[in-house]
Amino acid sequence: MITKLNHVSVFVLDQESAFDFYINKLGFKVHTDASMGPGMRWLTVTPPDQPDLEISLMAISEGMMFKGDTAEKMRELVRSGTFGFGVFECNDLNATYEELKAKGVEFSKPPTKEFYGYEALFKDDSGNWFSLGQKDAA
Amino acid sequence: MRVVRAKLYIDTHFSRPIDLDNIADEACFSKFHFARLFRTIYGKTPHQYLTEVRVERARNLLAEGSTVAAACFGVGFDSISSFTGLFKRRTGLTPAAYQREALERQAAIEAQPAAFVPNCFAENHGWNE
Repeated sequence: MITKLNHVSVFVLDQESAFDFYINKLGFKVHTDASMGPGMRWLTVTPPDQPDLEISLMAISEGMMFKGDTAEKMRELVRSGTFGFGVFECNDLNATYEELKAKGVEFSKPPTKEFYGYEALFKDDSGNWFSLGQKDAA
Repeated sequence: MRVVRAKLYIDTHFSRPIDLDNIADEACFSKFHFARLFRTIYGKTPHQYLTEVRVERARNLLAEGSTVAAACFGVGFDSISSFTGLFKRRTGLTPAAYQREALERQAAIEAQPAAFVPNCFAENHGWNE
């Protein structure tokens, strides 16, 4: 019986820039930052209230995982905003939207009442998009 | 949104002496109205939030090797004994014990990084070879 999800990957164009975005803008925490050798870094972050869900910020680099020209294709897909990686939650969407905007986060959709809830959409520094919802929104 | 601006002010100026009453004044709120509004949005009072930001930052400084005194004063606390008490209440460890654990973990990561990566990811990247 599977009990939990504890790691999930987000593919990023640049780990240093992603570090700044997820830590300094979104306010996440570093879980593990391990150098695996030249140009190889295992970097995971966690949402502030969810320390057991590690989001692995994976560099898209040529190697075992991305062979041939797939790394460049993947970079292009990420850059052009192809991938939505998930839904984050906050207590107050209007306040969080104002705060993140003040920190320079780019939103493609402001807080909007939808039939499924109250939602905004933002992009990370690579182009991955996320939904941001408000807990218990009517 | 004035409460958001106050929160961002705390995020930026936590290491300085912050008079939370002043923040309420600047935001043109009564102290109590401000604290209530802040709590509705962030789930804690401005004072609790300021302490949380300071302790979080102190954790980073300690993990980077700062002395307990440097971490304490560097994040805006003005007494080591109150810093130690607040830090322990929030993290379960004294600053010195927290630093010991953080530095040991960092040394373990440096010595054997693969032990901290789920094997599936390491294999995909060829990090096991």
